Amino acid sequence: MKAIKNLGLVILLIVLAAFSSKNISLNEGYGIGDVATDFSLKDVDGNTVSLSDFTEAKGFLVIFTCNTCPYAVAYEDRIIALDAKYKPLGVPVIAINPNNPAAKPGDNFEKMKVRAAEKGFTFPYLFDEGQKIYPQYGATKTPHVYLLEKTSKGNVVRYIGAIDDNYQDASQVEEKFVENAVDAMLGGGEIKVKTTRAIGCGIK
Amino acid sequence: MKMKNLLGLALLSLLILSSCGEISNEKKEEASSEKTDLAETQAVKKSYTSKFPIYDFEGLEPMLNKTDDKTYVVNFWATWCKPCVEEMPHFERINAEQKENNVEVILVSLDMPNMWRSRLEPFVEKKGIQSTVVILDDPKQNEWIPKVAPEWGGGIPATLIYNKDKRNFYERGFTYEELNIELNKFIN
Repeated sequence: MKAIKNLGLVILLIVLAAFSSKNISLNEGYGIGDVATDFSLKDVDGNTVSLSDFTEAKGFLVIFTCNTCPYAVAYEDRIIALDAKYKPLGVPVIAINPNNPAAKPGDNFEKMKVRAAEKGFTFPYLFDEGQKIYPQYGATKTPHVYLLEKTSKGNVVRYIGAIDDNYQDASQVEEKFVENAVDAMLGGGEIKVKTTRAIGCGIK
Repeated sequence: MKMKNLLGLALLSLLILSSCGEISNEKKEEASSEKTDLAETQAVKKSYTSKFPIYDFEGLEPMLNKTDDKTYVVNFWATWCKPCVEEMPHFERINAEQKENNVEVILVSLDMPNMWRSRLEPFVEKKGIQSTVVILDDPKQNEWIPKVAPEWGGGIPATLIYNKDKRNFYERGFTYEELNIELNKFIN
C-alpha cells in the first residue's frame, strides 16, 4: 500500500516536472493564447505596415523569414501559396526579416527588395529594424510562423512553428501544419497541432 | 542528479508519446493547391550521394543511444550555419585530446542534399576534419527533433553529450573551455 502511495507521488512529481520544464522552455517569447504585439515596420516599398492597417483581417500569418537561409528559400513558394490561399479568407501573410544586416549582409534592406521582386512576393516583406519585434515574439530561427487570430483582446497566438512537415519537397508533405491550423481557426474548431519544431537558421 | 535524470527520462517519454499522438491524429490527405517551382521540385528528386554515410533518423538513432564505455559528443551542424562552423575547431580539438579518455566526437551534418558535394565535402576536406562525419537526411523534423532531446526547439548549433549513464543536451554554441567543462561532467 505504501509502495503504491509512493508510486503515486512519484508520478505526480513527474507530471509536475513535465509541466514546469515545458513552461520554462516556452518562457522566451509568446506561447499559445498570448496576445501578440502590433508593430510598425518598413516594407520593401518603403511603406510602414502595421497589423492594425488590416481592418478586414480575421487573423495573420506572421512569418519570420529572410533572403539567405536555405530553409527560408526552400519555403518561399509555399509562403506565396499560403498568402494566395488565405488572404482572400482574411488571413494574410506578413513576412518579417529579423536578421541584423551587419551580421548577415545578404539580409540587408536592398537585398530584401531584390528578393521580393525576383519571387514576386504578394505580401508585405518587412524589415525588423533594430531587431525589436522578433524577440518579443520569441522567434529563434527562419522560417518561424506565428498564426494570430484577431479578437476583442487583440491578436491572439494560435499556432507557432513550421509550415509543414517536409522542407525538402512540397509534394512529399504529409501534414500541412499551418494550413490545418488556419482551417481550424477559421472553422471555429480546435487546432490539434499548436506547436511544431523544425531546423532553421538561427536569427542573427 | 540521478533524480533529475529520471525526471528527464519521464519527460522525454511523455513528450514523445504526446507528440506521436498528435501526429497520427492529424494525418490528412489534402489536394495540393501549391504552385511549386517545377525546376526546384525536380532538383530535389534527383538522388544525391556523398562519401559520408547518409542516415534517416531511424538510421542515426543507434548512434545516439550506445551503451558501450565511451562518451559521445554528438554535434548537429551545417556548413551554412556560421556559429556551427566557428565552434567546429573546438570539437576537433576535443576529439583529438580526449581519445584516451574514451571520448568520440560525431559531427551530424544537416546540410541539404544539393550541398553534400558542393559544400559539405569540400569544407571537411579543406578543414582537415578528423572526427566522424555523418549526414542526417530526414525532412520529418517535427518527429525526430524531440527524439533527440525534448527541449530542443530546432536551432543549431546543438550538441548532445552522453554515455551509458548520463546525457545532456545543449541548444547553444560552445567555446573550447565551455565544452571541456561540460565534457568533464561525463569523464570524471
